Amino acid sequence: MAVSQARVRSVGAAKSPLLGFAMFTPAVLYIVLLIGAPFCLAVFYAFSDARIGSKGLHYVGLENFRSILQSPSFHAALKHSIVFTLVAQIIVMVCANILSIALEKPFRGRGLVRFLILLPWVAPVSLGAIGWKWILDSIYSVISWLLGWLHLVNPFDPPMWLGEPKLAMASVILVHCWRLVPFSTVILLAGRTAIPKEIPEAAAIDGAGFWRTLFQISLPMMLPIMSVAFLFGTIFTFTDMTVVYILTAGGPYDSTQTLPSLAFTTGITGSDLAAGAAISVFLVPVLVVIAYLMLRMANRTELA
Amino acid sequence: MAVVATRNLTKVFKQGALGAVNEVNLETREGEFLVFLGPSGSGKTTLLRMIAGLETPTSGEILIGGKVVNDLTPRERRIAMVFQSYALYPHLTVYKNIAFPLKAQGVDRSLHQQKVEWAASLLGISGLLDRKPRELSGGERQRVALARAIVREPAVFLLDEPLSNLDAKLRLSAREELERFHRRIGTTTIYVTHDQVEAMAMGDRILVLNHGVVRQFGTPREVYDEPADTFVATFLGSPPMNLIELDDVIAGFRPEHFRLAEEVKDADRVAFKFRVENAEYLGAEYILSGCLVGGRADGKKIIARLLLGHTFEIGVTYDFAVPERHLKFFDRSTEKKVQARALTWQ
Repeated sequence: MAVSQARVRSVGAAKSPLLGFAMFTPAVLYIVLLIGAPFCLAVFYAFSDARIGSKGLHYVGLENFRSILQSPSFHAALKHSIVFTLVAQIIVMVCANILSIALEKPFRGRGLVRFLILLPWVAPVSLGAIGWKWILDSIYSVISWLLGWLHLVNPFDPPMWLGEPKLAMASVILVHCWRLVPFSTVILLAGRTAIPKEIPEAAAIDGAGFWRTLFQISLPMMLPIMSVAFLFGTIFTFTDMTVVYILTAGGPYDSTQTLPSLAFTTGITGSDLAAGAAISVFLVPVLVVIAYLMLRMANRTELA
Repeated sequence: MAVVATRNLTKVFKQGALGAVNEVNLETREGEFLVFLGPSGSGKTTLLRMIAGLETPTSGEILIGGKVVNDLTPRERRIAMVFQSYALYPHLTVYKNIAFPLKAQGVDRSLHQQKVEWAASLLGISGLLDRKPRELSGGERQRVALARAIVREPAVFLLDEPLSNLDAKLRLSAREELERFHRRIGTTTIYVTHDQVEAMAMGDRILVLNHGVVRQFGTPREVYDEPADTFVATFLGSPPMNLIELDDVIAGFRPEHFRLAEEVKDADRVAFKFRVENAEYLGAEYILSGCLVGGRADGKKIIARLLLGHTFEIGVTYDFAVPERHLKFFDRSTEKKVQARALTWQ
């Protein structure tokens, strides 16, 4: 009995490294080929004078970084990226909190509402963004039509949602929030349901109203998981260019140009591969810090 | 301090189903320690939560200090509650936990420290004020929960099985402490438990509940000695009362009243032949189980509880007897208590 068991185990043990290797390889290949290689290539290009359509490739040191740091469009894009990320994240956090409170208690049709709220997250970004492009269109915008109908704007001179710098930035932020809110809502809902039911009840008995319970009990208890949602959303927003690219392509007058979209327009559209790569690589240290904070928070949540 | 009363209080969770609490009428006395006792699912916690204001009654009224409080929030009812899980705020220190009700009820800031220290010293946790709840033992958490409850000097104290999360040894000392604590502050207290020993030991009066219906409301002595029905008779007392169905009644007697015939001095007594089938030695007493032999209740299972001093052999039949004054009678169909009557046992 003992012998046969030992044999079974040794056969299993002999097989398992191969099996483990086979299971592991696709993930490693995926990361190396689709993330690792392009990343190394980007770092390599960032120190070169690579251009689309040119065969020459020379090492130029920090020349690309020096030139982008001096370029006004880079400064503007950095500023836009920070505004875009922070404002979007703040709006997302507030909305996700409100939604998670609303969706916590059972009511008729809660399942349907949860499904509808998740839709923007599961629908393809490009599809959603194109839908928004029509909603915000200068001529066909339903928002302008509605506001005109309510006599809030002049129907013959509607706001150019994507055509005026401030409005364009607000529109891009709004659409990005629309995409990100479902994700944060799900995370916060999980955090909220993890709070034992007796805690808010004890607070009610202790005499705390809705706001006191929210700000002094629920939110502090959800802080670790909210930080995870916040940092994840930050990375997601900071590196995203889909919404900007489809809605405004960085315009008008570069007023919605963020770092990822600037890297794309400089490197691919503008064929200056080296400068585009340098802009992308510039994002790395920022993201590493955020990722580190996020992992630490996640770790702390697990321990708590 | 205040008196709590309910009038026809009912809670139905699912329409058409039997209510969790049905037509409960009760009234505490000033400063009383009242216990809600019942098995799980008997509605005792629902009843307590309605009094606390955490659950809305389906019908009926709740009165605190003579005022109907149905529409008042928990805060306006001036009650304090200790939860089974204690429900301490995990991110706050012990000090901030105890101070939270003061802050929430807008007590003058300058009084906070003094009040928190008073409550903490009353419960002997003055040394723990800087700790977080996760750094405390079960007994310490319970005291913090109690301190948080008394700090605002409530009119009524509600305790929901506060001892059930403690281990057996700690539970006994915590129970004693709670009793002493109640004597000292003298606030009307309602205590929910499924443990009949706790209920007997602590309660001034006990409200026995089953399936959301009050089965009996009385002092521990009344519910133990004069159970209103067979449910109360068997739920209180360990081992439970022996019940024998005869004619249209059920006769009952407690295991400690079923004694060796030679020890029963009463002239009015009922004699039994009892065959011992199992004997448990518990140090201070024996628990014997076996069955009656002969007579109309032949073969009926009986549990006896005897002090030491005899030895019993398994399989042997002994002469036992019950004094007639210790016999209880219940109606066979309603299972309610009825007048004592003469029965033919043989």
